[in-house]
Amino acid sequence: MDLGSINPDLLVAALLLASTPILLSAMGELVVEKSGVLNLGVEGMMIVGAVAGFIAAVESGSPALGFLAAAAAAAALALLFGVLTQVLLSNQVATGLGLTLFGLGISSLMGQGYVGIRPPASPRLELPVLSDLPILGPVLFSQHALVYLSLALVVGVWWYLRSTRSGLVLRAVGESHEAAHALGYSVLGTRLAAIAFGGALAGLGGACLSLVIVPQWTEGMTAGRGWIALAIVVFGSWRAWRVLLGAYLFGGVSVLQLNLQAAGIAIPVELLSMSPYLITILVLVIISSDKRRAQANAPNSLGRTFHASG
Amino acid sequence: MIRLERRPAPSRAWAWATPLLAVLATMVAGGLLFAFLGKDPLLVIRTIFWDPVLGEFAFYYRGQLLVKAGPLVLIAIGLSLGFRAGVWNIGAEGQYIMGAICGAAVGLAFYPLEARWLVFPMMVLAGGLGGFLWAMIPGILRTRFNTNEILVSLLLVYVAEQILAWMALGPLRSPDGSGFPGSRNLRHYDAAANHELIAGSGMHWGVVAAFIAVILGHVLLSRHILGFNIRLAGASPRAARFAGVNPGLLVLTCLGMSGALAGFAGLFEVAGPAGQINIDFNVGYGFTAIIVAFLGRLHPVGILLAGFLMALTYIGGEAAQATLGVPAAAIQVFQGLLLFFLLALDVLTNYRIRIDARARA
Repeated sequence: MDLGSINPDLLVAALLLASTPILLSAMGELVVEKSGVLNLGVEGMMIVGAVAGFIAAVESGSPALGFLAAAAAAAALALLFGVLTQVLLSNQVATGLGLTLFGLGISSLMGQGYVGIRPPASPRLELPVLSDLPILGPVLFSQHALVYLSLALVVGVWWYLRSTRSGLVLRAVGESHEAAHALGYSVLGTRLAAIAFGGALAGLGGACLSLVIVPQWTEGMTAGRGWIALAIVVFGSWRAWRVLLGAYLFGGVSVLQLNLQAAGIAIPVELLSMSPYLITILVLVIISSDKRRAQANAPNSLGRTFHASG
Repeated sequence: MIRLERRPAPSRAWAWATPLLAVLATMVAGGLLFAFLGKDPLLVIRTIFWDPVLGEFAFYYRGQLLVKAGPLVLIAIGLSLGFRAGVWNIGAEGQYIMGAICGAAVGLAFYPLEARWLVFPMMVLAGGLGGFLWAMIPGILRTRFNTNEILVSLLLVYVAEQILAWMALGPLRSPDGSGFPGSRNLRHYDAAANHELIAGSGMHWGVVAAFIAVILGHVLLSRHILGFNIRLAGASPRAARFAGVNPGLLVLTCLGMSGALAGFAGLFEVAGPAGQINIDFNVGYGFTAIIVAFLGRLHPVGILLAGFLMALTYIGGEAAQATLGVPAAAIQVFQGLLLFFLLALDVLTNYRIRIDARARA
């Protein structure tokens, strides 16, 4: 065992990157759930984003196009969920599960010819001046653009939900769709927009995995990250800042366990590999055991079907 | 102007017609998908749905039908009880793995004792217990700590997969396997093997268990107070509480039953068709069973039929893969499409479509 080989600077830099797919997906799902919709298909949207982004980037040679395609494909899949649950009024839990199963299938179908290929490299974004700082520079200011985007999104989502008119409408729809409808706000429009936004972010998260972190396409490569993103929204009790904390906690655990595996610590590899899932369950238990606090910020109409004629 | 009008009560006729319509719609959409992949759609559909039952080599495929339908039906019956009560166990895949590991471990512990009357029943018990206990984790976390059982049961699937890998490479690895991963083959150990009961039929104890589960599930839901409570809690949790139903106990019962049935399915699979504990033991029956449960309208008889249909897509899919080069993933897409169409068409069960000739004032 050689714990000395673990470099704390690199660990933090890796943590920021490893947390990004989950942070992006969780921010998307936060907005979706705040509008009163429970979309359990995050895993499916992420993997479709991962494969669509990968294919687009490989075919065009441009990672930027890849990210666009990932967001578009996952948003399209999310809108399928939106039409089913909002227009055809299907059960949200069942439809979300179906979205995950369908996404896993269609992604492996789409990705067949792309196994073992390397995508075009997506360069780090070196922030001028700041990236030259000792230690902090390489760790914080020399990351991939998506890392900064995900952090900007945390601020953006927090501000949007707290301080904008349209964010207030979205929260109203999520708290009581009957009341929002009676006031003349479009429940359907608000929710479909939120669902598409959530899908696009999940797609970006997936592409971040297949184009930047791994970078490769393998079947089922999201490995439960979509479910962990869902858990982190609950963990964060529907607050943007706490979701950020949850995503980085998970990123920290998964990076640390990979480093411990590489360092050859005397813990079975399987035990280390399952630790991110176990710790996610553990924090879920801790956060939800205080019923009042856990539910205080939960949208009241979450998962309920809305039909205008009552 | 098209609008939806809620029916006073769900239409029984549509409840049974929508699965059939969904299958038809899936065949059309799937046909388009296969055409897009450059295959003759009619030929693929025939290879999947017709040949395994009535084609030239059907004698081979018919046995496979029971082998595949058995675990799907067994797991889906358990899931349907929970789904009816609003208890969402979506981690059946994990409970299936843990049942297989526990059952196989008991069998391997007895090796090479030739006492089938003792070994096999003990394995079945251990399999059911393994699935039951694994499902109790989300159950107790939900009732004791109010933790969402959907997320916990699903996350535990990934944990179970890691335990499976650990078992296949470590404690349960065959000492005679010259270092290859995987346990001893239980089919070569007569006291523990879950052999075919009628040669060539595909009928093994797991299929028998599935049929028993269908019958018991039907009796439970239509005749027993527990079945009534399950349906009541699903339709109106508040009314159920007033009627004296203990919600926590109901959650534990539903999760426990579905976990035990998934565990049984895993045990029968590992001792029979699969033969050994290995890294790639689980093939997603626990997830496909969710589709089976919905396709069967959460009704035991419906689930039996849906289980056979899903088994057909597996077998026909393999045949289409071998003879026509249809990718395996296309079948997974096909199964996903089926669930989507079913959920979409379900609107007809609960709502009436009204077309207004003129816009109302």
